[in-house]
Amino acid sequence: MTSAAEPAAPYAGVPGQPDHGPDRDVPRTITAPATPGDRLFRGVLRVAGLSVFAIMGMIAFFLVLRGTDALRAVGWSFLTEQKWQTAAHNFGIAAVLPNGLLIAVIALVIAVPVALFTAIFISEYAPVRLRAALISLIDLMAAIPSIIYGLWGLFFLQPRIIGFVRWLTNHLGDTIPFLKVRTGDIGTSYTSSTFIAGVVVALMIIPIVTSLSREVFSQAPQGEREGAYALGSTRWGMVRAVVLPFGKGGVIGAIMLGFGRAMGETIAVALIISPSFKTITHILENGANSISALIALRFGESDALSLSALMAAGLVLFALTLLVNVAAGFVINRSRSGASTAD
Amino acid sequence: MTTLDLPPVAASEPGGPTPPGSAEVPAEAAPPRSQTKVRLGGVTREDVFTVAGALVGSLALNWLLYERVLPFSGAFGFLVCWYLLFLAGYFALGRLQWGKLMVRDRLVAVASWSSGLLVVALIVDQIGYVASRGYEAAQHVNFFTESMEQTAALSPITSGGALNAIVGSLEQLGLATLFAVPLGIAAAIFMSEVGGRLARPVRTLVEAMTALPSIVAGLFILGVFIITFGFEKSGFAASLALTVMMMPIVTRAAEVVIRLVPGTLREASYALGGSQWRTVWNVVLPTARPGLVTAVVLGMARGVGETSPVLLTSGFTSQFNADPFHEHQVSLPLYIWNYVKQPYPEMVARAFAAGLTLMVLVLILFVTARVLGGRKPGELTRRQKRRIDREARSAEAAARAARPSGTVRPATARTASAHASATAVPLPGNS
Repeated sequence: MTSAAEPAAPYAGVPGQPDHGPDRDVPRTITAPATPGDRLFRGVLRVAGLSVFAIMGMIAFFLVLRGTDALRAVGWSFLTEQKWQTAAHNFGIAAVLPNGLLIAVIALVIAVPVALFTAIFISEYAPVRLRAALISLIDLMAAIPSIIYGLWGLFFLQPRIIGFVRWLTNHLGDTIPFLKVRTGDIGTSYTSSTFIAGVVVALMIIPIVTSLSREVFSQAPQGEREGAYALGSTRWGMVRAVVLPFGKGGVIGAIMLGFGRAMGETIAVALIISPSFKTITHILENGANSISALIALRFGESDALSLSALMAAGLVLFALTLLVNVAAGFVINRSRSGASTAD
Repeated sequence: MTTLDLPPVAASEPGGPTPPGSAEVPAEAAPPRSQTKVRLGGVTREDVFTVAGALVGSLALNWLLYERVLPFSGAFGFLVCWYLLFLAGYFALGRLQWGKLMVRDRLVAVASWSSGLLVVALIVDQIGYVASRGYEAAQHVNFFTESMEQTAALSPITSGGALNAIVGSLEQLGLATLFAVPLGIAAAIFMSEVGGRLARPVRTLVEAMTALPSIVAGLFILGVFIITFGFEKSGFAASLALTVMMMPIVTRAAEVVIRLVPGTLREASYALGGSQWRTVWNVVLPTARPGLVTAVVLGMARGVGETSPVLLTSGFTSQFNADPFHEHQVSLPLYIWNYVKQPYPEMVARAFAAGLTLMVLVLILFVTARVLGGRKPGELTRRQKRRIDREARSAEAAARAARPSGTVRPATARTASAHASATAVPLPGNS
């Protein structure tokens, strides 16, 4: 669209274009000189576009700047130390980071099957009249603030899920070691655990994974769907042969995006867990942690080194989520460009 | 964003293969009115009975095993076991009457139906639970008219409220919208209208920024604005943190909408000699207006509920503070975060009431976005159509009135009607 207003390049001068001599018809060069207003306008827009780089760059820069003190104080042991005792210069993310990843993984294990089935339900099985309403509902689920998830998880889910947790550990704990609860059978040994935090985070990433997967599923080419039916396929056969292969890239991207969101989720996790600074091996036991929850719970400590340590932890979180999200973006974009060539 | 998708295609209706008996040709002697349309797919009585039978059978079996035979207890475990038994029972029942492929198809159908219903039930439960717990404090008017200045830990529910938090939330949201919307929409126009080599990396980065952990946005503003520049914690700092969260959402949603503006409209504008910024300002943006409003409102719905950025930057206070630039200022999420952790039931009730208020705010914003976003770019509301008609008619009348008076065709009337048609660029015919 913009080519009319841009100082357009003449076709004749392009090296790839054959030049057949002066008697040939050559597309006329259209030059529309940009007015000063246009130049100003484009400059302003370019600044706005580049502001995204500026903001992300500043986030990285200031986290590094503010985190340097802490990193200098403890050096590489920031990555290997499990404790978080800033006054004693004895802190690191060796426990917090894997525990946070564990919460995210549990969330994914629960959320992905539910989200994929829901996405298939909305795009393939739900009555056509219900589809728009269901899509709105999923979007609404994504719009519910995380503190509401936290309230719900803490007051509604946790008291009710304890029975299930006890059931899991009593009947499966002996065969599957990480489901064991070693702290005895009292009510508080089942609460505030990695598992419960994972369940709540799972609810928060269901809408993200669902809506992205549904979008790619619904773009599966109609002709191939009908082809599958015409060959006598059942609906599930069609989904497995057409829709799922078509949406594979998008689904992988959606799961990665959900993973990034699950890692960064703060408030619901911080409300539910009771902080622990040991590497979690038994997910049903009381005590869990993640970088974001650590920041939310500890930022009140006013001395400079504590804040600096939190900034350093935030930098690690920022770098990890950025990596995951950019990778997810690439996967999704690639699947989209593949989609256009499929039909 | 999702409302702008293509309408779902209805052609996936012919479900499983229909039994050959159902497509019977009407008897030759029958009069033409007996020709009824053959219904493909749909639900047969057999399907319903199979599902119901599997449900009832698995419930009974589960009760027997769970409560009587095996040493299990707990309602949640009961439900999980019931569901697993139901799937097994449905498989067995299906296997008795259908082929292997058909059973697999039905099993997936049941699984996807149940996960869809589960998600719906979860949303309804969340909203319902917060509403019912929040009603306890929210039914007293003082919750919306008082702050927490005079309220101690054990004060009754009829004292104190969340006025300070509501005002704080609205002010911070307003400021953040003020910063995020122009920036976000300008970035979206940059990506779709200016383009060039930079557009792609900007888009990738905006997508990554959408998923920026909210706590990092808070840390960023804390590190820059409060620690480095030495400003105090205030509502303004919180609104800056919210801007970082809202801007990419607005940008992404706005870009999708701007891309939907028909290229022919732009070309028409260029052909009339319009410059690029005239084209964007007078053609692209007005055409995309409903979608842009939706983008803004969705960004606001996201921003108003963000807790962690606000937690790090605005500072908590129980006082009423309407000045976002000085002193600490509380907002609804922060109010909930602070009071829900206290061991007093009244405080928890207040937190839930604040949660209810927050959810109502989000719902209002969300519904507004849906209502406004229902239209395609360029589609006019009834009022806009009426206005355009009226303007055109008055311009015509002015032209007719002016014509007999002078021999020269009046230039003013012509420009007026030209103006009227220029504002009417998003003609209904384009949609």
